[in-house]
Amino acid sequence: MTTTVAQRKRPFKPNWLARMGWLLVLVYAIYAISALDITWPRFVDGLGNGAKFVGELFPPNFERWKLLVENLLETVEIAVIASAFGILLSLPIGLLAARNLMPPWASWPARAIICVCRSFHPVIFAILFVKAVGFGPMAGILTLIFASIGFIGKLFAEAIEEISLKPVEACKAAGAPFLSVLIYAVMPQVLNRFIGFATYQFDANIRNSTMVGIVGAGGIGGTLFASFQRYDYDFLCAILLSIIGLIMISEFLAVRIKAVFND
Amino acid sequence: MSNQNTNGNGGATPRSLIVKDVFKEYVPGTPVLKGISFEVTGRSTVAIIGPSGTGKSTLLRCINRLIEPTGGAIHVAGQDITQLSGKDLRHARHYIGMVFQEFNLVERLSVIENVLCGRLGFTPVWRAWLRKYPQTDIDRAFELIEKVGLGEFITARADSLSGGQRQRVGIARAVMQNPDILMADEPTSSLDPKTSVEIMELLNEFSAVHDIPLLINIHDVKLAQRFADRIIGMSDGRIVFDGTPDELQDSHLKEIYGGEDWML
Amino acid sequence: MTKKYEWERFTPAQRLARFTIYLAVVIALVMSIRTVEVIPEFLYDAPEQMVDLFTRMWPIDTGHYAEGVHAALIETLNIASLGTVLALVMAFPVGLMAASNITKIPALNWFAKLILVSSRSVNSLVWAILFVAIFGPGALAGTVAIGFRSIGFCGKLLAEALEECDPGPIEALKAAGAPWPSIIIKGYWPQVAPAFWGITLFRWDINVRESSVIGLVGAGGIGVALDTSLNLFNWDQVALILLCIFTIVIVAEIFVTKVREHII
Repeated sequence: MTTTVAQRKRPFKPNWLARMGWLLVLVYAIYAISALDITWPRFVDGLGNGAKFVGELFPPNFERWKLLVENLLETVEIAVIASAFGILLSLPIGLLAARNLMPPWASWPARAIICVCRSFHPVIFAILFVKAVGFGPMAGILTLIFASIGFIGKLFAEAIEEISLKPVEACKAAGAPFLSVLIYAVMPQVLNRFIGFATYQFDANIRNSTMVGIVGAGGIGGTLFASFQRYDYDFLCAILLSIIGLIMISEFLAVRIKAVFND
Repeated sequence: MSNQNTNGNGGATPRSLIVKDVFKEYVPGTPVLKGISFEVTGRSTVAIIGPSGTGKSTLLRCINRLIEPTGGAIHVAGQDITQLSGKDLRHARHYIGMVFQEFNLVERLSVIENVLCGRLGFTPVWRAWLRKYPQTDIDRAFELIEKVGLGEFITARADSLSGGQRQRVGIARAVMQNPDILMADEPTSSLDPKTSVEIMELLNEFSAVHDIPLLINIHDVKLAQRFADRIIGMSDGRIVFDGTPDELQDSHLKEIYGGEDWML
Repeated sequence: MTKKYEWERFTPAQRLARFTIYLAVVIALVMSIRTVEVIPEFLYDAPEQMVDLFTRMWPIDTGHYAEGVHAALIETLNIASLGTVLALVMAFPVGLMAASNITKIPALNWFAKLILVSSRSVNSLVWAILFVAIFGPGALAGTVAIGFRSIGFCGKLLAEALEECDPGPIEALKAAGAPWPSIIIKGYWPQVAPAFWGITLFRWDINVRESSVIGLVGAGGIGVALDTSLNLFNWDQVALILLCIFTIVIVAEIFVTKVREHII
């Protein structure tokens, strides 16, 4: 089999779809930049401000370390309580949402709850809960419980939908009541993944509980926002550094816990 | 030993390979190659046989410096490879073609682009990026692909090919470099017996057409005896046999592989 | 009972480790509940407050959409998309630097990982606060905040994809003497391209969510409209805005799922 000269000239057929795609991205980027009113002078101005801002951040001021420690503790407390209740609640909700085990009348409401919990950023929940239960950590705890349900509930439901149904059938055939089916045929297959999701969510809750305080829902976020508004930048820097430290510790713990449960 | 190195200056003949006293240790104190010396000049198919783990692959990879030799000298076409670095090393590699056991194709690229990868050393980066390869390279790639019998798969993706077809692409890629020497690391180990013979014939044909040395690591002694002009037997990091296939006796094989129960 | 064949699922050390974790979790929970400062009086009227909230939200002020929401919604999408593009541009070099099979200098690996961890540790709202301080309130601060926040996520996943690449083709390109930019373009890129597009879509979806709230600290998008309505206690407008956010988040998620099915 031989090829013609014309074929040899074009060994790569031009992928017009891909080229159009890249062009589209470029055109969009230009449009978006102009629509968002992002201009070069503003950017350069910003860099000047940025240098000044960074200059004021350093050196960090740890004089009010007592307040800092108190706030960090509250942040961790919010995350711990919210994770515990969030994980407990997302177990039944995730189970209800699994379409291979549950009838539609049970799974659809559960899926709707999960969908609503997932769609809103935690800070929006925080605003609503601050209105409902007032300023303070309670609002933060409720917020993160909802966020946890959205995340773990969905993953847990998906994990159950992927399981092998053979043990379930075997249990049912042996005449086991529904609860026994769950405990002996379903749980063993998904428990390890559930622990994985739970540690991940605890980590995520720590991250988020540093932020809900911005709208008054407790934790270190409130102090952070206050020091920002008071131009108290060296304290702001101290807060940021301690947040990064806290999150690195929590990430490290999450990895270690997962390692213990995975072998 | 049939070939003796004269004085170590590399006897500047083109298309020659001189390996002199090559040592390699991954862990200090436990050498894998314990002083390998041999010389190949002009067209010749050299098969390196020996048990697994005796350093055959390491030796080939020392020749194009994918692995750093710990000591010794390696002259390819008169140039001491071990003294090169950076750009010079890359330049030297242009002229050493290599075929791999696992084919090592870029799975998601087409056959022709895989073959053109052999020219990457000669192609400016922007041309490679935009696929604006020189027309002479493209013409040659077409020729080679047809020669290895894949004319109808030119624009097929590499991951849609069978093992034998992939190895053909691998060979075309190596020949695409216009190498001064062709090396193949267990080119047939992942293939069935019939395909193995076809691949060996193809390699031999290319080395004959281009008049270049062909160095093959192979564990199949029968295949080696059938296709090689010369056989080098390695055992425990040393050369223990170097001669023609006719000279290779059972006693040699016993020394290379140890024991004799396996030779039935 | 024979002790001889007793089978244990876990070694004593494993069981001890697990027990320690369970114990630590329980202790942490009990201590947290005992010490966290919750004012019970606030909780008693929570149901009343919720009812009050929902009655104020109804009927939803749909008239507000044209004048106060539509433009902000478009701005939110622009911030999310442009922020994602910015993140990818910045994440690419960092990802290359963090992948230990590409950058062989441990100090650079660690530096890149430090950048990735810092980016992920700081919440997008906090990034937004910082960039509002630098660029002033508006979409510029929001876009840069979304970009910086996403570097960590995109860079980490990209580095992981690069580290999982099959080293075979890379070795082949190196043996052909290809310069390193060509190795990245022809060896690594084809292998990570599917992962790259997956990461892009995934992050864009997340960024739509995040860019809908960064306006609360003045960084542009629909969050600014939300903040204004909240401060004026216009709960019927708040309800409209929440409904709009809910809608674009769902639409974005459906879009991403469809595109993923299409390209993978």
